[in-house]
Amino acid sequence: MTEQPTGGAPDGVAASAHDLVKVYGTEEAEVRALDGVTVDLMKGEFTAIMGPSGSGKSTLMHCLAALDTPTSGEAVVDGTSLGRLKDKALTNLRRDRIGFVFQAFNLVPTLTAKENILLPLDLAGKKPDPAWFDAVIDAIGLRPRLGHRPSEMSGGQQQRVACARALVSRPSIVFADEPTGNLDSTSSAEVLGFLRRSVDDFGQTVVMVTHDPVAASYSDRVLFLADGKVVDELREPHRDAILERMGALSDAATSKAG
Amino acid sequence: MLRLTLRNLVARKVRLVMSTLAIVLGIGFLAGVLTFSHGLGATFDNIIEGSTSDALVRTEGEVSFQASGAGTTKLVEPQVIERLRELPEVEAADGSVDGVGAYLLGEDGKLVGGTGAPTLVFNYYDSVNVAGDPILILESGQWPDQPGEINLDESSAERGGYEIGDEVTLLLPVGELRKTFELVGTSNFNGGGTAGATLALLETSEAQAVFLGGQDAYTTVALTAADGVSQTELADAAKTVLPDGFTAVTGQKVIDESDEQIGQFLDVIGYFLIAFAVIAIVVGAFIIFNTFSILVSQRVRESALLRALGASRRQVTWSVLVEAFFMALLGSTLGLLLGLGLSRGLAAVFRAQGLDIAGEVLVLTPTTVIAAYVVGIGITMIAAFVPARRAAKVAPVAALRDDLTVQEKALGRRRILLGTIALLVGAALMGAGLIGAPGADAAWIGAGAVIWVITVAVMAPVLGHPVLVACRAAFDKVFGTTGKLAGENALRNPRRTGATASALMIGLAVVSAVGVLAASLSATNDALVDREFRSDFLVQSPSFQGFPTKIGDEMEQVDGVGTISRMQGSVALVKEDQDFVMGVDRAFARIYELDMVRGTQDISGDQAILSESKAGDLDADVGTQVPVAFPGGQTVDLEVVGIFEDTPITGGVTMPISVLEDAGLRRNDSTLSINVAEGADVGEVQAALDKVVEDIPVVTVQDKEGFSELIKGQVNQLLFMIYGLLALAVIIAVIGIVNTLGLSVIERTREVGLLRAVGLSRRRLRLMITLESITIAVLGAVLGLVVGLLIGVALRQSLSDDLTELALPLSSLVVFLVIAVVFGVLAAIVPAVRASRMKVLDAIATE
Repeated sequence: MTEQPTGGAPDGVAASAHDLVKVYGTEEAEVRALDGVTVDLMKGEFTAIMGPSGSGKSTLMHCLAALDTPTSGEAVVDGTSLGRLKDKALTNLRRDRIGFVFQAFNLVPTLTAKENILLPLDLAGKKPDPAWFDAVIDAIGLRPRLGHRPSEMSGGQQQRVACARALVSRPSIVFADEPTGNLDSTSSAEVLGFLRRSVDDFGQTVVMVTHDPVAASYSDRVLFLADGKVVDELREPHRDAILERMGALSDAATSKAG
Repeated sequence: MLRLTLRNLVARKVRLVMSTLAIVLGIGFLAGVLTFSHGLGATFDNIIEGSTSDALVRTEGEVSFQASGAGTTKLVEPQVIERLRELPEVEAADGSVDGVGAYLLGEDGKLVGGTGAPTLVFNYYDSVNVAGDPILILESGQWPDQPGEINLDESSAERGGYEIGDEVTLLLPVGELRKTFELVGTSNFNGGGTAGATLALLETSEAQAVFLGGQDAYTTVALTAADGVSQTELADAAKTVLPDGFTAVTGQKVIDESDEQIGQFLDVIGYFLIAFAVIAIVVGAFIIFNTFSILVSQRVRESALLRALGASRRQVTWSVLVEAFFMALLGSTLGLLLGLGLSRGLAAVFRAQGLDIAGEVLVLTPTTVIAAYVVGIGITMIAAFVPARRAAKVAPVAALRDDLTVQEKALGRRRILLGTIALLVGAALMGAGLIGAPGADAAWIGAGAVIWVITVAVMAPVLGHPVLVACRAAFDKVFGTTGKLAGENALRNPRRTGATASALMIGLAVVSAVGVLAASLSATNDALVDREFRSDFLVQSPSFQGFPTKIGDEMEQVDGVGTISRMQGSVALVKEDQDFVMGVDRAFARIYELDMVRGTQDISGDQAILSESKAGDLDADVGTQVPVAFPGGQTVDLEVVGIFEDTPITGGVTMPISVLEDAGLRRNDSTLSINVAEGADVGEVQAALDKVVEDIPVVTVQDKEGFSELIKGQVNQLLFMIYGLLALAVIIAVIGIVNTLGLSVIERTREVGLLRAVGLSRRRLRLMITLESITIAVLGAVLGLVVGLLIGVALRQSLSDDLTELALPLSSLVVFLVIAVVFGVLAAIVPAVRASRMKVLDAIATE
């Protein structure tokens, strides 16, 4: 595996999964959350991963984001295979090359918005690039609230701060796990709009897990997972097309159960 | 509901263990202290009752118990014993020769049993005690029936390294200094053990030879009543045949006298220890309160669910209280067992000091068991009550909400106001004590101190804020983001941090208050020694007991010795009150020039000089006659010729040594003051003096520095003992920190996961938790040390008559702070490792 150049190139692979298998439990209680997933996530693209509950979409993201270790197969982020890395190296990888946005509890409650945004850089002992920092802050539109703590901000504002934190260290890839799951539609639109712009304006790679077709419609590419496998894919998705695919997946599941 | 509560208990084992540990340790200490005190009392009761005969013939005078230490020369003639035996009321009359001031040397030449517990040397006779059992029981070998034979108590023989057939050395107060005997057997008091005292039994004529210069006479007579004769009848009958100066007392009276004397001493030990048990339990209560507060806040959703399902507030409160009850029950039970072990540990510590307590008397009495359960359950329930009420206040709808914990509110204004008022009241009480309000000053200051400690504990979240902010700033500077996060974590819930730190604060407040007193005591002693130690050398026994005059005789012969002054102390009744009087020789005035208020220091014949305070007590002045009754019954009227300023050089009542001798006391010396001759080398003289007492370990030669060190050593020994007893309270407080941190980590599982996800390494996560722990420990230490310092200074001020110097043990305080930091690091180990083992994903996925 050779090191690939990082940054603004519009093509190339940001992260990839090769025959990824993740099994929980043993024997009878065995659950195959991922059942041989092979997929490339492209640089400079906004990818959405969709699927019904239990389809393995979150597990796929966790394995790619160095939060979970697969049972077999290989996960590669920014040219680095995760399988052989120790905890310390994984920690550094997460800190330096991956950005995270979670559904809830995204911010450290004791730190201000600004401190939260700079947390990964502080932990790495790096200074932020002032121009980049300003650009990100302006993009999330929260400059006046930088000195506030999470408890003094709305859910949408908190989530935008989380997005800024994910971007400020210029990671190779940003993983977002149901980032709008807890938000009303206006706040959702703000957050998703920001993620979209980060791809368009900054050339950021974003991977988002969601089961909301509206959220997925902001993306460039939608991967559909069912029963631990990639079953379908859409480019330049439209909300209705997504809904239709989801419906089909749901029907398939129902007929299988019946 | 009960089943659910029990399930809760079982389901959270770790938490249960940690919280219960606080109860176990607190109650364990209490039970241990109570058991030990009981065992101590029982040991002496057994010995006293087991070694007292139906009636005792002794010299007149009320001070019998201590008089035995003064060495009267008034003796019972054998004919008197014959006459006693002829009385129909008397079954047996055994003459006893009690020797005082002897010491047993071990095989290694060192003193057996130290200088604390007495060495009792007497002749063996087969008398029985009040219960009709033999006073002494033979453990091995035989009784001494030939001159030159000796029988030792079992424990002393063992400690001395002696076996039957060995040569045993005694240091004797009169005649020959050292004498060897052949060990023929070992024995014990019938009551079991000797409480650390050394028993040495000799054959009667040998005892008479050693202690009475070979006279065929006795010091006391033990009487055994004939069948059907009461103790009183026996004593009354005996009195009819006794010569003047002797009386017969019932065994019961002897027991009562001994009980009274020893009881006071034992009570002091008991209260002293219980004070520390109380501190440990109060600290434990803080931990319990804190633990339940955290548990309740973590279980908001569960409580809300119960409420939503129809549980009443009272039921929720009760479920928490019942959980506390079972914890207390378990904790108290384990505490009792621990207490039994602790009491043995305490016994071992006291044994090392020469106070031997047999293991058989260290048993849990019903009182101890009841006290342990009442205190354990009571304190736990009280501590859990407020959190239990808080649990019940959770609205049912909280079950449906996402935010998991209720934030504990910061202290309200009203509380801050109340706290400030309480601090002022405490300060006012202390002030009252300092300016001399009626009653004991220390009591006022003590009351103020207690109010202060409690208020500071409750107000720790507010008072400690600057400390927390300082810690955050310091950690931010040194450790960067990790340090800042740790500082913030300590600040985010000031109540929890404060309550956890308070537990440590209490222990350290006592530590630093005691430290101030001890440092002041040392400084006062230094100043005193500097001022009052006027001779080149002092010769004394470490326990300030008398020693043979022969030592002084030999020292007079040492080259380079200029002046040597002898002093002998004795108990006596001065104007009916028991006192300790001093006899001094003529040379005294050549070494010590007392600061005379009135009259002269020169005394001769039946004259005395008094210290100013003693003169006040006795309402005496120059020219007054003061009656002094010596052991043995002789009363001498002394004419007061001078009043001197109070000084530790000599006793409040000082008289020529000849007065003591004329009153029938056997001569010995309690202090020799030695000045070297002009031109003599001080070092050489000391070496020569040391040589005199080389193989007499009871007596030491000290110069000024040596004496100062000796006193300092004694102060430090007491200080370390107090620190040792406080260590338990500190350990409980450290457990509290472990508990709080552990629960906080669980509570912050998701936050920890987030931090790990965005790049906090395991090592730095551990560092973060350790720093938070250190913050709590430093907070507790700083508050405790400051409060303790203030209390210590106030107490010193109230005792300024005795503690004339104030000294602040600053270096010790720094050491305590460092120790607190170390404890902080230790307390963080388990929570930090647990947090760092949490898988990032588990942490994030936790619901």
